[in-house]
Amino acid sequence: MSLAVGGRPAAPKDRVETPFRRFVSEFCESKTALLGLAVFSVIVLLALLAPWIAPQNPYDLAVLDIMDGRIEPGGVSGDGTMTFWLGTDDQGRDMLSGIMYGLRISLSVGAGSALLACIVGASLGLLAAYAGGKTDSAIMRVVDLQLSFPAILVALMILAFLGKSVMNVVIAIVIVEWAYYARTVRGTALVERRREYIEAAQCLALPTRRILFRHLLPNCLPPLIVIGTMQVARAIALEATLSFLGLGVPITEPSLGLLIANGYEYMLSGKYWISFYPGIALLVTIVAINLVGDHLRDVLNPRLKK
Amino acid sequence: MSVYLLRRLIQAVGVVFAMSLIVFIGVFAIGDPVEILISPDADQIERERAVRALGLDLPLWQQYLIFLGKAVQGDLGRSFVFNEPALSLILQKMPATLELALVATIGAIIIGLPLGLYAGLRPNSAGSKVIMAGSILGFSLPTFWVGLMLIMLFAVQLGWLPSTGRGETVEVLGTHWSFLTWNGLSHLLMPALNLALFKISLVIRLTRAGVRETMLMDYVKFARAKGLSPFRVTFVHVFKNILIPVVTVTGLEFGSTIAFSVVTESIFAWPGMGKLIIDSINVLDRPVIVAYLMVIVLMFITINLIVDLTYSVLDPRVRLEGK
Repeated sequence: MSLAVGGRPAAPKDRVETPFRRFVSEFCESKTALLGLAVFSVIVLLALLAPWIAPQNPYDLAVLDIMDGRIEPGGVSGDGTMTFWLGTDDQGRDMLSGIMYGLRISLSVGAGSALLACIVGASLGLLAAYAGGKTDSAIMRVVDLQLSFPAILVALMILAFLGKSVMNVVIAIVIVEWAYYARTVRGTALVERRREYIEAAQCLALPTRRILFRHLLPNCLPPLIVIGTMQVARAIALEATLSFLGLGVPITEPSLGLLIANGYEYMLSGKYWISFYPGIALLVTIVAINLVGDHLRDVLNPRLKK
Repeated sequence: MSVYLLRRLIQAVGVVFAMSLIVFIGVFAIGDPVEILISPDADQIERERAVRALGLDLPLWQQYLIFLGKAVQGDLGRSFVFNEPALSLILQKMPATLELALVATIGAIIIGLPLGLYAGLRPNSAGSKVIMAGSILGFSLPTFWVGLMLIMLFAVQLGWLPSTGRGETVEVLGTHWSFLTWNGLSHLLMPALNLALFKISLVIRLTRAGVRETMLMDYVKFARAKGLSPFRVTFVHVFKNILIPVVTVTGLEFGSTIAFSVVTESIFAWPGMGKLIIDSINVLDRPVIVAYLMVIVLMFITINLIVDLTYSVLDPRVRLEGK
């Protein structure tokens, strides 16, 4: 059984087992996956609420004091009003606040571009499976060509053509990732389109767009969700890598990758915290997402069902 | 076999042309070619002369043919920064990158195989749980951050290894190699480990899965029933069969190791072509970027071709399908 079968059941009043409830209860069976989800939720909350809960606005140059630069974790600012729990960078920016604001950028660029890639990839994958023939082989030829090159190389190529900017990083990630979605969706859709409900929809002479997105797509969702979770983690890692290489977000509003890069030169003199803590934040985010994705794969994979 | 070979070769040539077209469109059509190919310091007269010399006043398809013709002759423009032919600049840096990637790949096999073998033979022991958890971490850890932490630990805190550079090199066969001197080797160790980390995790998982699958096979049971020692069963019967997928995948991954060395080289200031391309993107040295992309695309297609051919030699099913 798949996650969302055709039409929804007619609003059950009592606790009838619906696909969604079954999915939730199966997901809750794994402690590690729940832990991953909890940690990820906390990270998202920290990022969302950063302007209200962060000790400092790291982008507001007026509150930064260069005299507070490179203070060790737990140190106190020059005027004694603030404790820097995770230290400060060379600008005197509180690392804790920097990480919270950096998470905002890393998460929004990562999740945003993964979502965009999902829309593009899923649409093209559906189209390839439904249209078949030349359309199918043309789309899949491009997918194969692209997947034979590693993500970092494709991203570098695009940034080399378009130049450095946040928008171009998003474009690069979308171009890198759409192929994974397209291939996954096409694989499932090829099976699903032979089912009776698609034939029924065709007999009703529904418009193709409606059949694609209202009938075929909901039934291709489970593998799409799994691949989507993993790709969000990959997108965040890729954005961090590109920013670290100095090809991503501007230096005035650093993401986690850029925060780590900024600490690079001070690390050789033993000032580890500028690079260390943003890296931990990045690592925890990626591991949390991967734990959730790993378990989702088990829950949503019909082949593993008893 | 020869039909299969020929078909794969034609495919590879097709991909080379497709990629050259993409690079051409990227640099000449999306970007402004005048800005990309002519030094920003040039004045108006120099600019016009260069436009004519480069054929930028011609229609686009003609420009592509000229670009292709020059590329075939190895002329991919001159670097603005170094004022040297871009291609020879890349080729000078290539041995350093190849050395790093090769050492990382071999290291991944040397470290990953025994660990994976152990985890596969004793799947429930505490040791293999640690190994598997480690391999998950190896997949999740951002490579560049691990590189920084390695420098932090081994170069700054412990002072055992030098943090950056390539160290002393020895000239063999016309190029410089680091791994032949102690000093060079100590410079090579950290970047190679950093680059190998992902690959180690991959080899561990592949080996473990292979061992667990192979141990259930009838011929293994038969070998045991014959009374062969566990050592012989493991290292002769099982090992040979898991080696094929492990070696193929590592071979396939060699290309992405070279691509990923962009990150590692930037961290450890390793003077290879990955560092060159990042520096070139940062100073907009576009001829070098074009040359790098063409060289790496060519390298990739060659690697993919070699892996496909090796696979068809190792696994007869691939060959038969081609007939």
